[in-house]
Amino acid sequence: MTSSKCRVCREPAIIDLPRHNANFCAEHLLQLCRRQVEKAIHDFEMLSIGDKVLVAVSGGKDSLAVWDLLRELGYNADGLYIGLGIGEYSDVSLGYTRAFADERGLSLITIDLRDEYGYDVPTAAKVSKRVPCSACGLSKRHLFDKAALDGGYDVLVTGHNLDDEAAVLFGNTLRWDVEYLARQFPVLPAGNGFPKKIKPLMRLTEREMAAWCIVRGIDYQVEECPIAFGNKHLGYKQALNSIERQSPGAKSAFYLNFIANMAPLLAGRSQAEAGGLGVCETCGAPTTGEVCAFCRLQQRASGHQPVPVELVLNKKARKVYLAAQAAGE
Amino acid sequence: MIVRLRQPKREIAVDGAHTVNHLLDQLDMNRESFLVIRNGTLVPGDGRLEPDDTIEIRPVVSGG
Repeated sequence: MTSSKCRVCREPAIIDLPRHNANFCAEHLLQLCRRQVEKAIHDFEMLSIGDKVLVAVSGGKDSLAVWDLLRELGYNADGLYIGLGIGEYSDVSLGYTRAFADERGLSLITIDLRDEYGYDVPTAAKVSKRVPCSACGLSKRHLFDKAALDGGYDVLVTGHNLDDEAAVLFGNTLRWDVEYLARQFPVLPAGNGFPKKIKPLMRLTEREMAAWCIVRGIDYQVEECPIAFGNKHLGYKQALNSIERQSPGAKSAFYLNFIANMAPLLAGRSQAEAGGLGVCETCGAPTTGEVCAFCRLQQRASGHQPVPVELVLNKKARKVYLAAQAAGE
Repeated sequence: MIVRLRQPKREIAVDGAHTVNHLLDQLDMNRESFLVIRNGTLVPGDGRLEPDDTIEIRPVVSGG
């Protein structure tokens, strides 16, 4: 039996949230999550009821949770899944996404990188000079933007949560990368060939999003991308969680106070925004060059022999990956 | 008690933990990075654990 009680109703609690200095039952955890998303949507004018919304979904807890939350709050949202070709990991993620959409009668668009563009993320990682996560992120962002614009959607939603944003902020701050700091905001307006993009989960932590899915009975992919294992972003999250452990609320103060206090001071300082963008000769997407980074990557990677996942993993990640394969996971 | 872990998936036997927080401390796991589940239900930090429990410690951190 648990001893702690829900702060709201005094029923037995199922989760402790030290950053709120409170425990919550299932019902009031869900209420907290809904309210935090409503607040984010309201404070940053993210959405209006009746907007045509596209949610980028991966089969993980955050993207399925945000899709679930937006529907609960009355928004009309379709899903977009990108098949990245990261071996069995990608197959499993599509399975979770399809199951979620089918069970709820939701519209899901799927784009497969290999089928439609002739390459996959492991191959792009091998042929480009970029780290693998960079090739992946570039591909996803381009295709999310394109699908949102082609489909006439008013807004594109991603499942970035408070922990994600705090980790990105942390990395940008370690380098004092003003260019990136000036562009980190939970709403990016439409214009210049980009759709409006929003992050409704910006006020919620990963632990809260995982709890949302468990309480709502949403099956999601718990296993992490094998290529992301041990990357810098995860290192930043670990560092921030060490601080959070000692000082509950530190992550949300770091990120939310940045948005409230620093982001306004940096607004307009982005060179990329100031410099203006041209149009890609190949696909028409915004670009600083003649051909956009996605098309350059695609042109190089699509001519290359497909590369298996294990060849682009760092040593430690490969060990973990091969052990998981051997264990039949 | 039996504890199911991930990354990599494995099961271990643990003695002596009385609460969820106690167990996470014993395994040197930061409570900010995990949720604990018993029979499909979340268990909070001060939730009591019994010697014959089977629980899952689920990581919540995503790689980006």
